[in-house]
Amino acid sequence: MSTGIEKEMWTTKLRKAWQKNLPVEKLLPDTQPAYVASWIYMFGVATLASLGVIIASGLWLSFEGASWYHYSSVGHFVNSIHFWAVQFFFIFMVVHLWGKFWMAAWRGKRMMTWVTGALAFVGSIATAFTGYLIQTNFDSQWISYEAKDGFNSVGIGSKFNVTNFGQMILLHVAFLPVIIGVITLIHVLLVRSKGVVPPIDAFNKELGERK
Amino acid sequence: MGIFHHFMNLKAVYIHIGWFQMSITNLVVVLSMLLVFGLALVLPFPGSKKGKGQK
Repeated sequence: MSTGIEKEMWTTKLRKAWQKNLPVEKLLPDTQPAYVASWIYMFGVATLASLGVIIASGLWLSFEGASWYHYSSVGHFVNSIHFWAVQFFFIFMVVHLWGKFWMAAWRGKRMMTWVTGALAFVGSIATAFTGYLIQTNFDSQWISYEAKDGFNSVGIGSKFNVTNFGQMILLHVAFLPVIIGVITLIHVLLVRSKGVVPPIDAFNKELGERK
Repeated sequence: MGIFHHFMNLKAVYIHIGWFQMSITNLVVVLSMLLVFGLALVLPFPGSKKGKGQK
């Protein structure tokens, strides 16, 4: 029973902050401003779609194992799907980055959206790198033996041993995907909360309307 | 295994002009990205009514 004098619990504070910043109308909108009807706004969701294919094909590869994706034709196919989805993931993400850079997408208190996007980009590079290291072929052997000198030269080789297959496969299939998933989720929630950044001329109009 | 298998097993060909060095493959990818970026800016989006009662 509420007496009305209890201290607010953290769940209450979180709920109030959530309701204020991200009401369900913002979380699941059915309309977007007119300026979003442009191809340049499509690359964020294209990156997300590629990430979905990467995760699905990656899970399939994990369950079947290395001998399957090296020697069976279906394994070759799924391995290639995983590889090409990564290529398109990076292509879409870089075009998304260019688009957002030239529209100065950090305007209107969207700094954290920009920062989480940058973190997702850097994290994705690390994930792709560990992916190259766990192919279990001569390519991964070559890359790891070249990379170990780089890691040792900056003093982090003892923590990140790129020739340690066990460490690299766990980073690639467990740790880094979770990090990328969480950062991506925060990034998307921030886009929903702050809205899609308007073009610079529309932004000035939006500021005028807010006053 | 066919033409694709042969193509995928070729040695990478590089462009090397002074300080600039890049494989043809990477150059094609970078130029394609620039092309896609340019097209995204100029191609009309289906269903958009630019300039007519824009919100």
